[in-house]
Amino acid sequence: MNLHEYQAKRLFAEHGVPIPNGEVAHTPAEAREIAERLGGVIVKAQVHTGGRGKAGGVKLGRTPAEAEAAAAAILGMDIKGYTVGKVLLDELAPGIEQEIYLAVLIDRANRRPMIMASAAGGMDIEQVAEETPEKIIKVHIEPSLGVRSYQSTYVASRMGLPKELWRDFHKLLTGLYSCFNANDASLTEINPLVITGEGKLLAVDGKMTIDDNALFRLEKVAAMRDVAEEPDAERQAREAGINFIKLDGNIGCMVNGAGLAMTTMDVTKLFGGEPANFLDIGGGAQAEQVAAALRIILSDPNVKAVLINIFGGITRGDEVAKGIVAALGQVETEVPMVVRLAGTNAEEGMAILADAEMETAVTLSDAAQKAVKLAQGDN
Amino acid sequence: MSILIDKNTRVVVSGITGREGSFHTRQMIEYGTNVVAGVTPGKGGQIFEAGDQKIPVFNTIQEAVESTNPNASMIIVPARFAVDAIYEAADAGIPFITCLTEYIPVLDMIEARAYLDAKGARLLGPNCPGLLTPGEAKIGFIPGSVAMPGPVGVVSKSGTLTYEVIDALTRLGIGQTTCVGIGGDPINGTDFIDVLKLFEADPDTEHIVMIGEIGGNAEEKAAAFIKEHVTKPVTSFIAGRTAPPGRRMGHAGAIVEGKSGTAEGKIEALRAAGVPVADNPDDIAKIVAERMGK
Repeated sequence: MNLHEYQAKRLFAEHGVPIPNGEVAHTPAEAREIAERLGGVIVKAQVHTGGRGKAGGVKLGRTPAEAEAAAAAILGMDIKGYTVGKVLLDELAPGIEQEIYLAVLIDRANRRPMIMASAAGGMDIEQVAEETPEKIIKVHIEPSLGVRSYQSTYVASRMGLPKELWRDFHKLLTGLYSCFNANDASLTEINPLVITGEGKLLAVDGKMTIDDNALFRLEKVAAMRDVAEEPDAERQAREAGINFIKLDGNIGCMVNGAGLAMTTMDVTKLFGGEPANFLDIGGGAQAEQVAAALRIILSDPNVKAVLINIFGGITRGDEVAKGIVAALGQVETEVPMVVRLAGTNAEEGMAILADAEMETAVTLSDAAQKAVKLAQGDN
Repeated sequence: MSILIDKNTRVVVSGITGREGSFHTRQMIEYGTNVVAGVTPGKGGQIFEAGDQKIPVFNTIQEAVESTNPNASMIIVPARFAVDAIYEAADAGIPFITCLTEYIPVLDMIEARAYLDAKGARLLGPNCPGLLTPGEAKIGFIPGSVAMPGPVGVVSKSGTLTYEVIDALTRLGIGQTTCVGIGGDPINGTDFIDVLKLFEADPDTEHIVMIGEIGGNAEEKAAAFIKEHVTKPVTSFIAGRTAPPGRRMGHAGAIVEGKSGTAEGKIEALRAAGVPVADNPDDIAKIVAERMGK
C-alpha cells in the first residue's frame, strides 16, 4: 500500500526526522486559512503517482491569496488518471543549499534492508541512477544491528556532506530506518532531503510503501488507506479477497493463481488480443468469490469477451462452475465467454456448465484464440 | 532417484487439524507420503485418521521429534502463526521445512532466513505449492494426478502454472524426477540456483524445466549459474511479459520496478545462457520433447 506524502512525512516525524510545518486542505478556503497561519507555503497535490511537479501539481503560495489560488488550480486536477482531492501546504524551507536523495528499502537479492543515498537528489534521481550509477551510494543494514554510526559516517562522507552535519545525519538516518522497521515498509524515501540556508537538514518530500502482508498488525497505518483514490472495482475485489488490476484491453480474464493469470494475459496478447485485467481468484476459491470476480469483470464496459482459465489444484472445477452459473443468474450480460477447466473436478465443472451455452476449450492456446475471435465480434 | 523428498521422507505437518491442513495431509497420505506426526498447539494426544492410518498429534514439533523422528516438515497454518512455526521447526532440528502459507510480512522473512541459514536448515517457500516426486511422495498442493515418473526436473516460482506445465509434459509421455515450487515471495528459502544444483547432481534428471516470472533478479542469477555450472539441458518460460510496471501482480514479488525485474531482461539473460525460452507454456513440453529426441 502506498501512502500519501503528508502521511509518510508525519510517520517520519514520529521517528525524529525533521519535516516542515504543514497542513492538509480539501478546499481553496481551507488552504487560505492554513496559509494565514503558516506564512509563505508550497502547495502540493496529494496523489499516488510521481511526476506531480511536471504536471503542474506543485505551486508556490507566497501570500494567503496566492495559496488559495494555487489550491483552486490544483484541486480537481487530473494527474496520470488520479483526481486530486487534497493538497498539502508546507512552510517554505528557509533557502535551499543542496538537495540530497535518501532512502531505505528492501534489497531482495541480498535479503537485507539497504540505504540508498546520493548528493545529486531532486527530480532527476532516476536519470542519475542510470547515467552515473557511481553517484548512488548503497549500504546494507544488518537487522540485528540497525544503522551503525560508521555506516552513516560513510554515507555522509561519500556524499561530501559538511562535517558539522554528520551527527544530525546519523540521527536522521537512524530515525528513517526505525520508521521503516516500525511500519513494515518496503520503501521509505526522502527526495529531496535539503540542507537549508540555515545549514539544517529538512525532509521536504516523502514517499512510503507499506508491505500489505503486515497491515494486520499496523492498525494506524491500515486506517490511512485512501479509499477515495482506489478505483471501485479494485476495492470490491480487495474486499472479496481477489487480486485484480484493471488494464486497457477488451478481454476480461479470470484465472486461479498469479503466475497462470499473468501467463493467460501473455498468451492472449500473443494471439493478438488485449487483456482488460489481471485477475487471480486465489487458491481454494469458493463459488461466491468466482461470482464476485465475474461481476467485477463485467462491470467494465470495455470488456467484449471473457476468458476463464482454471487449473484446479486446491481450487475445484465444480466450485468455479457453480460460481459462474450464480453470477450469470445475477448479472444480465450479452458478453460472450470462453471457459477452460482442467485439473481437480474439471469434468464435474464442465457438466454444470453444459447448459450455460458457453464456448469451451481444452488448452490455454485454444481458449485464448477463441476469446480473441469473440472480442473481435466475428463468431 | 529424485531430489529433496522420496517415499522414505518422514514428514511432520504443522497445522494438521486445520481445514486446509487436514485436507491436504489426507491427499499426501493417499499419494504415498510417509506422514509420521502432526502438530497443533492444544490438541496434543489426539489422533489424526487418514484412511487406515492413525497419525499422532502433538502440541509442539519438539515433542513430535522426540517420539516420531521426522526429517521434513510442512507448515500450513494462518500467516500470523507461520513465522513462529518456521522457527519452531528449525529449532527442533528439522533439516527440510516447506512453508505453504502466504501473506508473511517481508521483514519477518528477512530475520527468519538469517536464522535458518545459521541453523543450516533448508526452507522451501513461503507462499509456495510445495514439491512432488512422482510415484513416491509429495508435500503440499501439487495434484498427484498430473505427474508421472520420468527424467525431467521441474522448478518454478508459480503454482497453477506449474501444474499446467507438468500436465503438458505428462500428456506427451514425458515424466518427472521431482517438481519443486519455490514460491513467488520477495524473500524466500530455496531459490532457483539451489534446485538447479540438486538436479545437476541427480543422476536420473536428464533435462530441467525452469519457470520464472517478473520481479526480482532470481532468473538472471539462475541464467548466470546455468552458463557456468549446469551441463544438463534447461528449457524455460517467464510469466508476465504483458504486466504493466509498478503494479504488483498477485505474488508479493511479481512487480516490475523501473527497469529491473522485467520479462524481457530475464528472457534475454536465459537465451544468452543457451536456454530456450518458450513464448507460450503450451510449447514447453514440445520443446522438451524435441530436445530429448522424442
